[in-house]
Amino acid sequence: MSYTRRSKDELAARVARDIPEGATVNLGIGQPTLVANHIPATREVLLHSENGILGMGPAPAKGLEDYDLINAGKQPVTLLSGGAFFHHADSFAMMRGGHLDICVLGAFQVSATGDLANWHTGEPEAIPAVGGAMDLAIGAKQTWVMMDLLTKQGQSKLVQTCSYPLTGIGCVKRVYTDLATLACTPQGLVAIDMVEGLSLEALSGLIGLPLRTA
Amino acid sequence: MINKFVSSVAEAVADTPDGATVMIGGFGTAGIPDELIEGLIAQGASDLTVVNNNAGNAEHGLAALLKAGRVRKIICSFPRQADSYVFDGLYRSGQVELELVPQGNLAERIRAAGAGIGGFFTPTGYGTELAKHADGSPKETREIGGRMYVYETPIHADLALIKAERGDRWGNLTYRKAARNFGPIMAMAARKTVATVHEQVALGALDPETVVTPGIFVQAVVRVDRVATQAGGIKP
Repeated sequence: MSYTRRSKDELAARVARDIPEGATVNLGIGQPTLVANHIPATREVLLHSENGILGMGPAPAKGLEDYDLINAGKQPVTLLSGGAFFHHADSFAMMRGGHLDICVLGAFQVSATGDLANWHTGEPEAIPAVGGAMDLAIGAKQTWVMMDLLTKQGQSKLVQTCSYPLTGIGCVKRVYTDLATLACTPQGLVAIDMVEGLSLEALSGLIGLPLRTA
Repeated sequence: MINKFVSSVAEAVADTPDGATVMIGGFGTAGIPDELIEGLIAQGASDLTVVNNNAGNAEHGLAALLKAGRVRKIICSFPRQADSYVFDGLYRSGQVELELVPQGNLAERIRAAGAGIGGFFTPTGYGTELAKHADGSPKETREIGGRMYVYETPIHADLALIKAERGDRWGNLTYRKAARNFGPIMAMAARKTVATVHEQVALGALDPETVVTPGIFVQAVVRVDRVATQAGGIKP
């Protein structure tokens, strides 16, 4: 049977579906930023930005950009009524102190038990940069990853053991991909859903690891 | 009479010695005190250790200080950006040393210095390459309440250069939006803190309930004209 991958927007919408009313959420740089576009206006979700914003709003209209009001990716944003600014030590206390409900991050690799690798390829020519990834990964009550399941070369980014340098150990609870949503548990991967037409066996084959269903 | 206002950037940074550790506020281009960095370049101090979240954008500010060859070492969390080519070149050719620190550890190490704390145990970075010293040996770890933590030390500075919005002659400061970022904690962690403000106000004009940095953490304030913060760290 054939199946179709979730588009980037469909994947963002799938993540957004699981973010409950009232949650405080940090969306990582890159693809996770798209999730904000899919949270319905009727659902009040507080967005946190590591550089010191709680209650972050969408991008400003063209011409109204203020580069003193940017997100973690340094793109201009807005502040919602009720939003607040604070310094970096407070911002990271919000993460490390377990005050954030959810963070959504990109990844190079995630292990079946939830180890995360998303900051450095470890290649000799690469200049390492970590930013807030390690604080977010271990700090939020739930860390979710959003990524394509396979690399461009067709290798699974869900692995038994990460080969890239780790960001955090056992910290990822859930992985949202273009083909399936999975939970990482101490006992390994659990399939939560798959795109239409993709069987559990076929998904397990793509990943190369055993899967259980919830 | 206490008056922390100085008449020029040059006067504010005049006594910076070679080999100093200099904290520079800012995240991306927000909160980067460009005027003070330009003053430091003109002043001429070299062999500096710079603490900043990033490693400079394009060829102004911190990137210009790097390009002028004044920086021996940079302590930061996110050096690689779309426009960090000055740092990238110096790093690849071995002309600048990098201490990469997870961002929250960077903030807390700065805060700890300002608060007189001798270090702290943090879960951030445990089990990763960044829980190692520069020589590759592991940092001290400890299990506390069933969780593993890494010991991190404070970062003190000789000088902090920060950008604020409004200030009075006692050195009380407020900031603007997300340009606050590292300003308040860097002000606490340095032996001498110099802040720029866009508005010089009389004592009592700042609402005491909303002063962000109390003047005790600030040694010099310079008023500079407002220049709109430019985009940085992103692809144009």
